Amino acid sequence: MFGKMLLRVLTRQKKKSLLIVLTVALGVSLATSMLNVMFDVGDKVNQELKAYGANLNIVPKGASFVSDMYQIDDNNQATPSQFIQEDELVKIKMIFWAYNIVDFAPYLSVTANIDDKPVKIVGTWFDKHLIIPTGDEIDTGMLAMKSWWQIDGSKMVDDNLHGAMMGETLAKKLNLKIGDEFTIVAPKTQQIITLTVNNIFHSGGIEDSEIYVSLPIAQKLADKVGLVERIEVSALTTPENELARRAAQDPNSLSRNEWDVWYCTAYISSIAYQLEEVMPSVRVKAIMQVAESEGAILQKTQLLMILLTILSLVCSALAISNLVTANVIERSAEIGLLKALGASNSAVAMLIICEILIIGFIGGVIGYFIGVGFAQIIGYTVFGSTIEPKILIIPLVGLMVLFITLLGSVPALRMMIFLKPIDVLHGR
Amino acid sequence: MNILEVNNVSKNYGSLYALADINMTVGDGKWLSIMGPSGSGKSTLMNIIGCMDKPTSGSVILDGQDITQLSLTDLTVIRRDKIGLIFQQFHLVPYLTALENVMLAQYYHSMVDEKEALNALERVGLHARAKHLPRQLSGGEQQRVCIARALINYPKLILADEPTGNLDEANESLVMNLLHQLHQEGSSIIVVTHSPEVAKHAETTVVLEHGKIAQIIDNLK
Ligand SMILES: Nc1ncnc2c1ncn2[C@@H]1O[C@H](COP(=O)(O)OP(=O)(O)OP(=O)(O)O)[C@@H](O)[C@H]1O
Ligand SMILES: [Mg+2]
Repeated sequence: MFGKMLLRVLTRQKKKSLLIVLTVALGVSLATSMLNVMFDVGDKVNQELKAYGANLNIVPKGASFVSDMYQIDDNNQATPSQFIQEDELVKIKMIFWAYNIVDFAPYLSVTANIDDKPVKIVGTWFDKHLIIPTGDEIDTGMLAMKSWWQIDGSKMVDDNLHGAMMGETLAKKLNLKIGDEFTIVAPKTQQIITLTVNNIFHSGGIEDSEIYVSLPIAQKLADKVGLVERIEVSALTTPENELARRAAQDPNSLSRNEWDVWYCTAYISSIAYQLEEVMPSVRVKAIMQVAESEGAILQKTQLLMILLTILSLVCSALAISNLVTANVIERSAEIGLLKALGASNSAVAMLIICEILIIGFIGGVIGYFIGVGFAQIIGYTVFGSTIEPKILIIPLVGLMVLFITLLGSVPALRMMIFLKPIDVLHGR
Repeated sequence: MNILEVNNVSKNYGSLYALADINMTVGDGKWLSIMGPSGSGKSTLMNIIGCMDKPTSGSVILDGQDITQLSLTDLTVIRRDKIGLIFQQFHLVPYLTALENVMLAQYYHSMVDEKEALNALERVGLHARAKHLPRQLSGGEQQRVCIARALINYPKLILADEPTGNLDEANESLVMNLLHQLHQEGSSIIVVTHSPEVAKHAETTVVLEHGKIAQIIDNLK
């Protein structure tokens, strides 16, 4: 009988039920998409981080900051201590956290003249095949780390000793297109090399005024065979914590146990430490500010999403409470009659709660799938990739539906309890 | 043995006395009519007897139990177990069929029994309309569904507040016949009515005026 009544209430009041279903669906879809994006955004931002390239910078121990960053003084690079042996690069993949090293690329820059104007030429690995002494074989290089660069032309390979990737700004200034040849003169060595524009790229940074060539060309131009001046490394890292911060300041300040934990965790500082262990002549600097500000933005974004989720839930609860209350008022005669026939408050409350829970369930299921869809749209527009729906969200959404529908029916239930049969069944 | 004893019952809304010091008794298996002008307190009295309202003072003994001392929850139980209610506006649940409306009373009382519910509908001559919704039934038919619902749990006392107020003569006599049958089977009946014809079916008629008993008429004489 109870089931029959439920069924009848629901089917005979399709329109009103539908309205509540829609309200629940709306709230749940918003919450679902927010939660899905929120849970996924951590992974996404990490991918982005990787996409934004290096989080470690390896420089020679004696390198000065200024020349390291701007390469203004070409003559400064004369001292051998300011270079790293190219042979040493394989060691990067031989540390404890080798598998966390996603990518790395060496750089050697030299200033040369094109039409008597100085231009920065950077030699690097584009996508180099390396055989590590441990037996592993990897492909590593700049292209994977600069995934946000917009590059026109066929993919540059390391064996191409006549090609160059030219920055957009420079190409415009020199009026060069893909396939055009140009000649560079190294002022120091007086070498003349003719190269072909293999790609024109847009990075959005100072690189747009530079030329990227295969490492051997730059080494020849700079007369620094077998040497590089800087290595960028992209490593997967564990977020920093108190321990990592202390270790970053001074690893020796840690106790033995702390040190073990730190060393065996993929903190950016422990990876840097291990790189310095295998390459004694270098200094490894974490590009920390980037990671931290990304982390802060991530936290703020997630906070924003939580707030939006709560807000959308509160709104649905309010809307539901209005609808359910209106529904109970409209049905007060019927409810009064049930009470007159001997229905207890709890019996009537059961009926109303079951009703709203069924409606909420339907709305929740619909809302969940719409929300997963929303999340995909957000994923595509914001991150350019799919957002994997998390299973964890289903029980979470279930709890939310339970919460908003029950909370929403509280005023209606209160009204129902205080409703007396004589108030509605008057024989006056 | 009396099914009902009303002792010094008063009910006031502020300074307005809907009922003022009412005393009356209804014997087991008796039929009582209550008459009186509009606003004289008939429905107020019925609601108190029907366990839907409480008097301001006085006591009501229903089937040996003082119902004025009970909580609302207990009153619901008494109403369910001992009283069959018939209203002037035949209150039925709009989205349930005639049969389901009758079964609803069974459901809240004890257990649903479709066969018994069908029998009750047959008794009021509506066996064929069991699957119809209230809006598909005429007023008279709806009131007969209400009677079927009121009698389904074998109540000791049937309370009918103007049961024929909205019915034509043919339906009125149908309803009165049904009440007669129930009366013969031993149910006690209290009927509020404005119609002297309807009132005459009872053994006794009580006339209320301004919340007081103005007259008691013995219809058998
Ligand atoms: N809830 C209430 N609040 C205030 N006054 C009320 C209330 N219920 C009833 N009354 C008053 O009590 C008096 C008796 O009302 P009651 O409904 O018992 O009359 P009645 O005899 O049933 O009239 P009718 O024949 O019109 O149905 C009336 O004056 C009415 O206005
Ligand atoms: Mg009345």
